[in-house]
Amino acid sequence: MALLNARNLVVLATFALLALAPAYAAWVETPFYLDLGRRMMILAIGALSLNLIMGFGGMISFGHAVYIGIGAYTVGICAFHEVTSGFVQWPLALAISAAVALVFGVISLRTRGVYFIMITLALAQMTFYLGISLDQYGGDDGLTVYAPSDFAGLIDVDDDLSFYYVVFVLLALCLWFSQRLIRSRFGMVLQGARQNEGRMEAIGVPVFRYKLTAFVIAGTMAGLAGALLANHTDFVNPEMAHWTRSGDLIIMVLLGGMGSIAGPIVGAAAFLLLEELLSGVTEYWQVIFGPFLILVVLYARGGILGFLSRKDGGDG
Amino acid sequence: MAEPMMEIRALRKSFGGVVATDDLTLDVGAGELHAVIGPNGAGKTTLISQLSGALMPDSGTIRFDGRDITRMPPYARSRRGLARSFQITSIFPEFTALDNVALAVQAHDGHSFSFFRDVRREARLRDPARAALARVGLEARAEVTARYMSHGEHRQLEIAMALATNPKMLLLDEPMAGMGPEESGLMVDILKGLKGEQTILLIEHDMDAVFRLADRITVLVYGRAIASGAPEEIRASAEVRHAYLGEDETV
Repeated sequence: MALLNARNLVVLATFALLALAPAYAAWVETPFYLDLGRRMMILAIGALSLNLIMGFGGMISFGHAVYIGIGAYTVGICAFHEVTSGFVQWPLALAISAAVALVFGVISLRTRGVYFIMITLALAQMTFYLGISLDQYGGDDGLTVYAPSDFAGLIDVDDDLSFYYVVFVLLALCLWFSQRLIRSRFGMVLQGARQNEGRMEAIGVPVFRYKLTAFVIAGTMAGLAGALLANHTDFVNPEMAHWTRSGDLIIMVLLGGMGSIAGPIVGAAAFLLLEELLSGVTEYWQVIFGPFLILVVLYARGGILGFLSRKDGGDG
Repeated sequence: MAEPMMEIRALRKSFGGVVATDDLTLDVGAGELHAVIGPNGAGKTTLISQLSGALMPDSGTIRFDGRDITRMPPYARSRRGLARSFQITSIFPEFTALDNVALAVQAHDGHSFSFFRDVRREARLRDPARAALARVGLEARAEVTARYMSHGEHRQLEIAMALATNPKMLLLDEPMAGMGPEESGLMVDILKGLKGEQTILLIEHDMDAVFRLADRITVLVYGRAIASGAPEEIRASAEVRHAYLGEDETV
């Protein structure tokens, strides 16, 4: 397999752009680009995690933003109670996301197809309303995070630039981890279960526990995105877990290329870029974005990366 | 006589008012190729589904390799050495032929909670998978994505996947379904090669193939075994001719 095919070039270019964005932002004196790039990368981690279960495992979760919300709220609530150490906040965010994903997974993975979509959606909305009911933490107004996660001087999340590269490195790590995961024994079972679950059972694999594990891994990774997002916006609110946010993640995955490991990163970048450009044209930017998405789904089934490579196997 | 590999006792299964398996009792001896034949709707696939665990019988017992497996889930039966091929091709279409078979090997090599090692570099999966592909004559097609293979090749791949699990017994559901004469001939050769070393329960419509391959034949009509015996006995049985082969047909 050629390493420098069109799809790998796009992934490399995306990473190069993200790596250089801070320099450009400083040059044109528009710190906003730094902000945009960081948001792209944080949501890319979320989309990457969704793609693990949706693209590779065939589990179309319509509630994946919940784990971002939980990760963010963990950091927010910790900060509210003056627990600002990142060494406590972040692992806790991952652990709680994982625990919730485990419970939600056990419930929702008993169903398939449309029912799975509906159950994940219902569980997500339940969690969303739980967030709204948390009056102590601002209810639907949300909660301002006054103090960023503190890593005892090791890394400075409060500094825009160093936080940017923290996110950059974490995204690269998540990509590397996904890459390994998909090509491992576990990844083969996950993809096999999507292609033909009955056959998977027939050759001797209890599929449920593997799907559940994938669901928990994806939820945990999204929880990380949440913890980052709380530090990015210095603010958390239930809206982060709203079903439309879950929809955005699905769109990012579709846009970049479902079933290609790096696709969601390109998808998240493209999504936010289009949102930015189009909302400059009109307040109702979705009017243009909607038809564009339809075209992508109709004519580029594998999303942007799939369109560029047009070949099988799909793990690049 | 040694204990049979599989003992089916008084197996019953009905769907609403339709009795698909009617008080069926059957033994498959170790190393035997036992064919089950019967007209459409005789309950052949229903039988295989109960043996493999995809369907639960209403009553009766299935013993396999000295253990009661009647209520075991499919993956547990597979783990104990009972492998099945499907009447309707059931493979992993987006994987290569080799990946398909290697996945079957993997399924029988402990758990799959391994997250970091590149599965396509694991010789302990790839080597047996290549060997299984070679047994069914697909070694040259190892790297072809399964979706792009022919129907006949899919059937061969099915057998390779079943073999790759290193089974004690194979359940083959119409391996020659939809095949042309040439492909069927190839499949008969493959099965002949397995005969003697594998215990096989074969369900097949192709009478020619069945009479050439089987050590014993059971005739199923409306879920009931109306005859069971050596191929010559079945050929000679008037009842079988009447019920299934047709009065005039000679086989």
